[in-house]
Amino acid sequence: MLWLLHRVIQAGFVVLAMTVLVFVAVNVVGNPADILISPQADQAERARVIAAFGLDQPLWRQYLHFLVQAAHGNLGRSFVFNQPALQLILQRMPATMELAVSAVLLSVLIGIPLGLLAGLWPDALLSRAVMAGSILGFSLPTFWVGLMLIMVFAVQLGWLPSTGRGRTALLFGVPWSFLTLDGLRHLLLPALNLALFNISLVLRLTRAGVREVLPMDYIRFARAKGLSPARIVGVHVLKAILMPIVTVVGLEFGSTVAFAVVTESVFAWPGMGKLIIDSIGVLDRPVIAAYLVIIVLLFVTINLVVDLLYTALDPRVRSDEAG
Amino acid sequence: MMQALPAAATAPILEVRDLRTHFFMRAGVVPAVDGVSFGVAPGEVLGLVGESGSGKTVTGFSVMRLVEPPGRIVGGKILFRGRDLAQLSERAMRDLRGNRIAMVFQDPMTTLNPVLRIDTQLIEAVRAHGRTSRRAARARAVEAMAMVGIPQPEERLSAYPHQFSGGMRQRIAIAIALLHRPELIIADEPTTALDVTIQAQILAEVQRLAREHGTALLWITHDLSVVAGLADRVAVMYAGRIVESGAVDRVLDHPRHPYTSGLIESVPSRNRRGARLRQIPGMTPNLLALPRGCAFRTRCPHAADACAAEPRLTETAPGQMVRCFYPERVTAA
Amino acid sequence: MSAALAATADDEAPFRRFARRFADSKLALLGLALLTLILLAALLGPSLAPQNPYDLAQLDIMDGRLPPGSRMGAGFTAWLGSDDQGRDMLSGILYGLRISLGVGIASAAAAGLIGTALGLLVAWRGGWVAGAIMRLVDLQLSFPAFLVALMVLALLGRGVLNVVLALVLVEWSYCARTARSAALAERRREYIEAAEGLALSTRRILFRHLLPNCLPPLIVIGTMQVARAIALEATLSFLGLGVPVTEPSLGLLIASGYQYMLSGQYWMSVYPGIALLLAILGINLVGDQLRDVLNPRTGT
Repeated sequence: MLWLLHRVIQAGFVVLAMTVLVFVAVNVVGNPADILISPQADQAERARVIAAFGLDQPLWRQYLHFLVQAAHGNLGRSFVFNQPALQLILQRMPATMELAVSAVLLSVLIGIPLGLLAGLWPDALLSRAVMAGSILGFSLPTFWVGLMLIMVFAVQLGWLPSTGRGRTALLFGVPWSFLTLDGLRHLLLPALNLALFNISLVLRLTRAGVREVLPMDYIRFARAKGLSPARIVGVHVLKAILMPIVTVVGLEFGSTVAFAVVTESVFAWPGMGKLIIDSIGVLDRPVIAAYLVIIVLLFVTINLVVDLLYTALDPRVRSDEAG
Repeated sequence: MMQALPAAATAPILEVRDLRTHFFMRAGVVPAVDGVSFGVAPGEVLGLVGESGSGKTVTGFSVMRLVEPPGRIVGGKILFRGRDLAQLSERAMRDLRGNRIAMVFQDPMTTLNPVLRIDTQLIEAVRAHGRTSRRAARARAVEAMAMVGIPQPEERLSAYPHQFSGGMRQRIAIAIALLHRPELIIADEPTTALDVTIQAQILAEVQRLAREHGTALLWITHDLSVVAGLADRVAVMYAGRIVESGAVDRVLDHPRHPYTSGLIESVPSRNRRGARLRQIPGMTPNLLALPRGCAFRTRCPHAADACAAEPRLTETAPGQMVRCFYPERVTAA
Repeated sequence: MSAALAATADDEAPFRRFARRFADSKLALLGLALLTLILLAALLGPSLAPQNPYDLAQLDIMDGRLPPGSRMGAGFTAWLGSDDQGRDMLSGILYGLRISLGVGIASAAAAGLIGTALGLLVAWRGGWVAGAIMRLVDLQLSFPAFLVALMVLALLGRGVLNVVLALVLVEWSYCARTARSAALAERRREYIEAAEGLALSTRRILFRHLLPNCLPPLIVIGTMQVARAIALEATLSFLGLGVPVTEPSLGLLIASGYQYMLSGQYWMSVYPGIALLLAILGINLVGDQLRDVLNPRTGT
């Protein structure tokens, strides 16, 4: 258990370091005063606003103030929406999470079976096609694929809606769109778009894993026991290759959440990503800062969870840590 | 020690006739097993001896039909209780594997799947043949662990392979092999990777179990001392062929093939103190470029012109076979 | 089994063997062909393009949004149509390719140089400086590249140089880590010991002995980085954070054409996209095969 504590403390330091970076980046680069105060304001007005926002304080004071406020959940108010920045972001989070989780699920549900196929029968035509396709999968720029998907499925074929999030239903007090059919229809294209890169990644990882594990002695021994091929692949091979796949999927989850920014822009999906792009455009600094802090927390948590999963899946690591 | 069985007294449980397993590599075709014939009687222990590259391991895998590409059985018959395994469907073969014929591998550290628990690997072996409930299978697993001498089998069942020593793991592998009371066990150098003391233990254990259940053993090894203590009969392989075979004490005391005699002499313990260690001159043969005629010709002290032709297996005494033109030139050690 | 299979000595010159192994894959050859095509198009762009899309004097708004094959006011045919500003798409793509490729290659090269230098130094010297640098690398690598680039550009604003800077900032850490691993592995080898024993200068050892042997993984990484940089730049430009409107890269062209797609005027987004795809695909195909060939376990 000691190592868990150690990791958590490490994570804490990272978060702290990042808050400094975030603070510096957002509040120091450029002059916030110029953004907050309209050019027509006179000296007195300027002074008042500067005092109100504490912009005349020494930097470290401002940072501490920022930190204290952040700990209380107050990350400033959005200039544009005149709402607490944190609240704005949290409102949009479910939509982004929905998208990211769907994308990761798709990548595993499609990537692993295809990877198994390509690994078990590498010379089959289908396998070669799948591998060639995977290169296409991580070469195609996500945003362009999104555009193409919209063009084909929404504009030309008219099967699926082109933009926006569908109807939502409440679960634990939070609106989710995957709970409604209309929601799912709207979710499909963006999730697929976001998943494309991950599918290719998982596919190639699975195939590489299968190729590495298949010639192993223990697989041959499993055959010598008279086990069915289904069991050998489904249990022995799969369990042996799962760890690197889980690690990558876990680490990629963060990347996926970040990249959702692109998909949300293309599909006008009302998530955190779209918010951040719009905020950058109008320089809504509190929102940018809040977003960064949330993202940092998210990433640190994800890395921690992946570490835990790693230990849970590979019994050898467990003994190493304990012993 | 049982005496040598007269030829064809009891129907052999395994009869290999002219087995040929070749490997198709980019550099050429490697005849790893090139015309091997032998038989194992029920309850008998046959030692298959040779250096690495002699084809003994491939022979073992061929019998189990576990040869993987680029290798392939290209000819011969593998008669198990009269059925030719070489012609059997994969499905039928699967029914036999782990059931009527079992195999123990060489390296216990890589035989068991590191990410699966021991009970999983034992129980699945039980349930692979015949309908057994999980509970009954688990009981069988505990019983098997106890039989091979693993302490506290109940608790240790939930452990992972890496939590066991090499010797223990090999015992587990043997336990798995014995689960369905097979008629034949193929053991591929199962003690090579272990300490000498553990080796002796395992050997004794296997011998006892084989006697108890009447299991025939095909014991593949490079170690003559193992064969001396364990086997009833021995077959010596060189470059994919059997060069000598017969009752173990006859072969070891009066070898008839220069290679066998060379092997025996190169065992350090046979030397007098202070005398130079004997060894067979030359290197293990490159199977892609074997000399014509007798494959051992280039390293044989007794080679003559006639050896440019291929010698065949001839019976020099009842039950003793040699593949050499000049067996009489080999003096007793 | 392997004891009996003596490996036949390979008398081929290393480069020929490498070339032969590389050519083993049809896809890799296709990639190479694509890459050559793209590079030629970019280099010869200005001569091939019927119009200079950055010269506002040459643009006529009346030529806007014409479908592929239409005749432009200036007398030439717009084979790929025109965008809303009256820019010939083909010209726009050729010039845009120059920017996309330029930014991608420049940033990957710069990141490669910085990262490799730091990585080698870290592996060679060790000490607390090395530890600090690697901590930084790990920290940066635990956050997605896209986000870091996004934030940097949010702060700096648009501009070609800013984009290059952001990309370098994102990519150097990956190069550094790769260089470090390779260097650490090579460092223990005997030939380095021998070089040290000969009392050769550190600089000589690093550059003449260590570096060349670390190159294979770096070459593979470098190739992939170029593709990644191009894709990243395109994405950032698409989002309005990359290159300025006056010098549109392929990403920006796609962004401008996006709004017209829903009404069926696809050529403004589709064609630049295809050009982008071909560039990235070509590089990835080549890089993939390079990785297989240069892999010490399976390749030369």
